Amino acid sequence: MPASTEPYVLNIGPQHPSTHGVFRLRVVMDGEVIRDLDMIVGYLHRSMEKLAEERTYTQNIPFTDRADYLAAMSSNLGLALAAERLSGVVPTERSQYLRVIFAELQRIASHAMANGTLISDAGAWQTPLLYMFREREKILDLFEMTCGARLTTNYMRIGGVAFEPPPEFWPALQELVDELPERIDEYFELLTDNEIFLGRTRNVGVISAADAINGSLTGPALRGSGVPWDLRKAEPYCVYDRFNFDIPVGTNGDVYDRFMVRMEETKQSVAIIRQAMEQIPAGPHKNDIPLALRPEIGEIYSRVESPRGEIGFYLVSDGTPAPYRFHLRAPSMINLSLLRELGVGASLPDAVVTLGSLDIVVGEIDR
Amino acid sequence: MSHLPASQSATPMLRQIAERPTVRGALMRAPLPVKVFGALFVLGFLALNAGIAYVVIDGRLDGQWYDVRDLGVGVGALTDWMRDQGVPEVAVYLTSAIVGATGVLSLVGVWLIIGPWLERRAIAKFQVRMGPNRNGPFGLFQSLADAIKLMQKEVIIPRGADKILYFIPPVFIFVPALLGWAVVPWAPEMTYTDLDVGVLFTIAISSLGVLAVFLAGWASNNHYSLLGAMRTVAMMVSYEIPISLSLLSVAMLTSSMRLSEIVAWQSNYNVWMIVILPFAAFAFLFSSTAEINRTPNDIGEAESEIVAGFYTEYSGMKGGLFMAVELGNAILVGALMSTFFLGGYTMFGLETWIPGYLILLTKIMTVYLFFVWLRATLPRFRLDQLMGFAWKFLIPISMVQVFVVAIQASVLARVDAPGVFVLGSFAIINLSMTILLVRLWASRMSVSTIQQATKPILTQVVGGLRAAEQIRKPV
Repeated sequence: MPASTEPYVLNIGPQHPSTHGVFRLRVVMDGEVIRDLDMIVGYLHRSMEKLAEERTYTQNIPFTDRADYLAAMSSNLGLALAAERLSGVVPTERSQYLRVIFAELQRIASHAMANGTLISDAGAWQTPLLYMFREREKILDLFEMTCGARLTTNYMRIGGVAFEPPPEFWPALQELVDELPERIDEYFELLTDNEIFLGRTRNVGVISAADAINGSLTGPALRGSGVPWDLRKAEPYCVYDRFNFDIPVGTNGDVYDRFMVRMEETKQSVAIIRQAMEQIPAGPHKNDIPLALRPEIGEIYSRVESPRGEIGFYLVSDGTPAPYRFHLRAPSMINLSLLRELGVGASLPDAVVTLGSLDIVVGEIDR
Repeated sequence: MSHLPASQSATPMLRQIAERPTVRGALMRAPLPVKVFGALFVLGFLALNAGIAYVVIDGRLDGQWYDVRDLGVGVGALTDWMRDQGVPEVAVYLTSAIVGATGVLSLVGVWLIIGPWLERRAIAKFQVRMGPNRNGPFGLFQSLADAIKLMQKEVIIPRGADKILYFIPPVFIFVPALLGWAVVPWAPEMTYTDLDVGVLFTIAISSLGVLAVFLAGWASNNHYSLLGAMRTVAMMVSYEIPISLSLLSVAMLTSSMRLSEIVAWQSNYNVWMIVILPFAAFAFLFSSTAEINRTPNDIGEAESEIVAGFYTEYSGMKGGLFMAVELGNAILVGALMSTFFLGGYTMFGLETWIPGYLILLTKIMTVYLFFVWLRATLPRFRLDQLMGFAWKFLIPISMVQVFVVAIQASVLARVDAPGVFVLGSFAIINLSMTILLVRLWASRMSVSTIQQATKPILTQVVGGLRAAEQIRKPV
């Protein structure tokens, strides 16, 4: 007699160890296999875009901290660049380099977090996560030295950066940059050849290059599928065109490739920081701009490469100090949209690992 | 940040870390009387040990009721004395049973305090962090605090749960975890009950727990619990077979199912079973991690997938009981592993000097720390991979092993005084057979599942789909 089975609804989240925040999945399952998958977001909605319309451009920078809270520097940079392009303010030369250094440090910290939680999702009981936290911790210490905050940095300003790093920052940064490649090699050694990890991540959550482009993925999720697209190279902002670095791209587009792309990107980031430290000129760290900056009437869409992908800011100015419209293109949101295609037909553990590899930040999705 | 003195670290957090008190600092700062007292204590301890060693060499201890090397002798002396006094046989039997049961219970009870602390401290060392260090010396009382917290918490019965069945599993699952200790020999006379079908008893007991697990998963009326229970049942059913097969090899070679005789066999030939039957030892250890739900086989309570598996809905001390059983089972498996494969309470003659139970405890700790090491290192298998590993790999090779061991056992029975040569050739045959079979299996079956690690391609090109195809072409 064949066993009769019926699908059932499993509610994953909003409080679940592997949803990376308050994100909810409604999953229809048949045994261990997912038959349907529904993503429910909005638990962290703070009406950020509407609130931003009441504040000046500089006052809006702290909001971007809270959007992508694991990569505050990158979001800061995105808004600062957008406002500068809208108002025609030119940042100082030194601040450009400082921005690059901090954005790349943030990328390392964010990728460490992403990869650590991915391996935690794959079941390694937090050891790699805590190893990666060790490096992240040092980077956050550097942030704390410079701007007093570890997570919500609020560091970038229109026309420059908020503070000049203190004297002890540079030796500490040098020390970090010297030891990071060693550490990253250690992770490669620990994880890349691990048979169980390979078995869990190879050929799981495969996104083809065409699918990735059609789903308008960005960041490591796109590059993992083999598409060499990086805004730092394609559309250099700040002074990225003065540095020599490579774009790592995967071959299969599976979870493992996304993981490896992130690992390799941290190496490239270290190289960028090294070059920026050599080239950084002396000078003021910010321009004096009016407190209530009034850009000309107009609109702008400006984008930067955040650790999670293309974070874009669409600003409309009506000539007043506050933006008429403030919109954030959240890379996590758009990367997440492909989860349904990846999850349906996969087993629950595979779906969890796939979700981990997409590296979502719910603050950015819900805004 | 080494370029700055510790007190001037740049950030408050670094300062806090630098100012943390250390054990060495605390020892150095201790007042003089404490130091003198401590030194006297250490000297007294050494003198006591020297005294014990003298008595042992003298032979004055052998078989006396105060022979600390074998607590079974003391209990035997007590029961003999009671019989001499004319106490009814029932009372004599009850006395020895209660003494033994108290021993087992107190061992498991003490372990529930020390075990979590040990595991958390050890894993913390793996994970470059501190671990529990606030509650008591070295954080030793952390487990007590946790237990008190768990007991104080409200036990919530989910709506829709089967109320009667919901209450049974946490209690029921404790029974096999304690019963398993009955046959473990701690010293020549120190076994709770030396069954002549000890191996069979062990296998039977280890498969009892799955009933409680399934009951818990069913009664909770929660999909996570049910998923966890289904996974656990599937896993236990699969992994019973390699365990049975590897224990069968041991029983055939020693031609006994009595655990004390298996230990005596290993002590007699001065060899550990793991040397003669390496694959059986591996199969037993790996399957045991599946049975007791530990990494890399903890799919029954995979935290990142199904929250806490079959005990998701159990709060307070009910959940605590499940966790306690898991810890207890971990050392039970350690004890069985030591007894079957690591020489049990013997250690190449050391057992005449050091109490056998201490040797066994050391071995149990070693196996337990090995489990902790695995937990700190390895990711988790997927359910299908785990099942595949059991059915496609462990079981076939174990079968072949059983056939080879059957031949070896009959050879052993025909040799008058099997020495280094016979046992050594067995070891070499089994080891080479294992390596051969593993390689054969790997090349025949697993190539498609073992994936190649590839590094990402580094490129300077930027573009869309066409660039992606261009990059991939040379590969």
